[in-house]
Amino acid sequence: MSGYLLRRLVSLAATLLVAALVIFLVLEILPGDPAAVTLGLNAAPEALAALRTEMGLDRPAPLRFLAWIGGMLTGDLGLSYTYRVPVTQLIGERMAVTLPLASFAILLACAIGIPLGALAAAHHNRAGDAAVMVFAQLGLAIPNFWFGLLLVLLFAIGAGWLPAGGFPGWEGGAGPALKALLLPALALALPQAAILARVTRSAMLETMQEDYVRTARAKGVSRRRVLRRHVLRNALIPVVTVLGLQFSVLLAGAIIIENVFALPGLGRLVFQSIAQHDLIVVKDLVMLFCALVVALNFVVELLYGLIDPRLRQAT
Amino acid sequence: MTTRRNLLAGAGLAAIASQLPLVALAQARDGVTIGMTLEPPTLDPTSGAAQAIREVVLQNLFEGLVAMDRTGALVPGLAESWTLADDKVSYTFKLRPNIRFHDGEPFSSRHVKFSFERATAPDSTNAQRWIFTPIAAIETPDPVTVTIRLKQPTANFLYGLAWGDAVIVSPATAADNKTKPVGTGPYRFVRWNRGDRIEFARNDEYWGEKPALAKAVFRFISDPQAQVAALRAGDIDAFTNLSAPESIKQLQSDSKLKVTIGRTEGETILAMNNAKPPFDDLRVRQAISHALDRKTIALGVFGFEVDLIGSHFSPMHPAYVDLTGTYPHDLAKAKALLAQAGHPNGFTCTLRLPPPAYARRGGEIVAALLAQIGIVAKIEPLEFPQWLERVFRGRDFDMTIISHTEPLDIGNYARDDYYFQYRNPEFKALMQRIDGTVDDGERNRLYGDAQRMLPRDAVNGFLFILPKITVTRADLDGMWTDWPLPMTPLAGVRWR
Repeated sequence: MSGYLLRRLVSLAATLLVAALVIFLVLEILPGDPAAVTLGLNAAPEALAALRTEMGLDRPAPLRFLAWIGGMLTGDLGLSYTYRVPVTQLIGERMAVTLPLASFAILLACAIGIPLGALAAAHHNRAGDAAVMVFAQLGLAIPNFWFGLLLVLLFAIGAGWLPAGGFPGWEGGAGPALKALLLPALALALPQAAILARVTRSAMLETMQEDYVRTARAKGVSRRRVLRRHVLRNALIPVVTVLGLQFSVLLAGAIIIENVFALPGLGRLVFQSIAQHDLIVVKDLVMLFCALVVALNFVVELLYGLIDPRLRQAT
Repeated sequence: MTTRRNLLAGAGLAAIASQLPLVALAQARDGVTIGMTLEPPTLDPTSGAAQAIREVVLQNLFEGLVAMDRTGALVPGLAESWTLADDKVSYTFKLRPNIRFHDGEPFSSRHVKFSFERATAPDSTNAQRWIFTPIAAIETPDPVTVTIRLKQPTANFLYGLAWGDAVIVSPATAADNKTKPVGTGPYRFVRWNRGDRIEFARNDEYWGEKPALAKAVFRFISDPQAQVAALRAGDIDAFTNLSAPESIKQLQSDSKLKVTIGRTEGETILAMNNAKPPFDDLRVRQAISHALDRKTIALGVFGFEVDLIGSHFSPMHPAYVDLTGTYPHDLAKAKALLAQAGHPNGFTCTLRLPPPAYARRGGEIVAALLAQIGIVAKIEPLEFPQWLERVFRGRDFDMTIISHTEPLDIGNYARDDYYFQYRNPEFKALMQRIDGTVDDGERNRLYGDAQRMLPRDAVNGFLFILPKITVTRADLDGMWTDWPLPMTPLAGVRWR
């Protein structure tokens, strides 16, 4: 097991290094000068040169790449070109919105999707199944930003129960903050719940065909108990795989949803920094997302082992 | 992409929305929450060109010697009066006594000297150095007197002092103004939750009339539909310049809201590369000017009528001359001019468009109009940094659409290296005369000549002035609805 872990960690580090190089090169060949974006149409050449020096853009590219990698290893992500504050501080502030939002959405998606999928499988080819499949179809078909707008119309403009957007911050207590996150989390969760419901349903239907399920039934275990103990648990492997994949989809979805709800999260930061050509923030954020996805896949693989003891022994 | 999808979504939702009752949220009557599209990158107007910085801080946190009122007239700011000596180059400013910065430091003439010298220092990143380059010497005979001697008479020197780039800062705090601004204005900085909001509180020590409201919050909402939702839900009390012109009718029908369409200094033009064939031929540029149906373009972009222009000048300025009739929409004439220029069947060219909606939507309409005279304009959308690099700095373009939002910027046509490459010694000489003419009446007459010269040479296709769409709660008074300079002074804003 520990040899396996070590091998995985080395390949993880190599993946990240290659990703860093690609990100750096792509942003390097992108046209556009961050100093010119900051100083606008009337800027004097001396002012542009002064700002370029201040941003560290006057150094050669290989040096800047090494400085960037070195900085990341020591936890220094540099100074944002536009905000002029440390990128670590920016990311920290935004994490406090996006991580709770994504977690909230994952929780909602699981709480809605998995029971619905199980219900559909248990009622295979009956009315309950059909209803769940219609829900799943709708959930997948509706774009989440549109669903978000619909939620705003109903609950913010119509009923006035929740704010239409914005984020009061955690310092005002968890209540108002969670209230602000509820609608965006729901909008993010709906398509995910639909996918989870489908995957759970088909995985359970497949597992029901297994010999051990028939054996369990034959030895007199009740149908309900078989579904819970044998079918659902074995069906969870594809579900967990999908959940892992979904987290990266959620991060991408957050870029749109955070704009619809004007939430100061990582997704909005990506959007803003691309628009303002704040390349240092873009670079750091894309790297962060890469690291998150790579780490997540790693965790998912570890989870397989927990769910299925056979995989643990094989490695 | 997102914008277009949101438009569709918005249209679909409008029907549902009108069925729902509007619930007003309780407003804090001692404060106001203002919505804006873009968040300022920093809060220091002296080290970056972003308009959003000025929209938040100018005449709220920071003040200049000279201020501007809502009509665009120059009024006393930190200087209560000024005189220009007979030599036409020596200005003497009498400063208001007993003013303090927000950190308690007393304001005096040495702050003025410090601020202006800082703006021209070698490491200065001031985006408008032209304001300060005419200065030859600054003297401070006593704490309330500043004498500034210029190298030569400079007509727009005082005007430049009203810009955000010329606000007065203190040596003790200048370096931190980007994140913790300290000024002399009617409001002081409290907090900035990046990505979401900036909070101000009333400066109780303010030298002028104290603001009516104790608290002011700026919130940043970039998505057009989210802006409309926040207004209708009562999350915000006003929006300075709404990005959703298509939602105006819906907002106007809401009795709790007030919609005002005001003016800006944003001359929006179809810029042509005057140095590149076939655009180096006056007849081609004239043909294009005749093909542009300005009214249709403006209506297509905004859905309502805006001020059209016939030259590069804002109708808000007293020197404005109406030249919109110079090139009436006339396809026959346009085709004849093209034929004379040797292009009877038109030609193919590119139209490189920056991201704003006026450019992208306007570009589609312009391309369709030009197709009527045989000119095939291939649209190439660019992100703003790429537009700056390729079109503005590289001058690698045929045509583009852009709004020149800086006030009184007709002088750019005297710059040889400017991106549309208009090179006319006559115009340059005229601008030099204007710069040296300090008499208002005479200068305005010369500005009239300059305005006429540009359509005569059909330098660019002059389209319209960008409107400013202000939406406020119906019982909120005092918001600026025009933008002689982009700013949102809140001292006069109050609830009825």
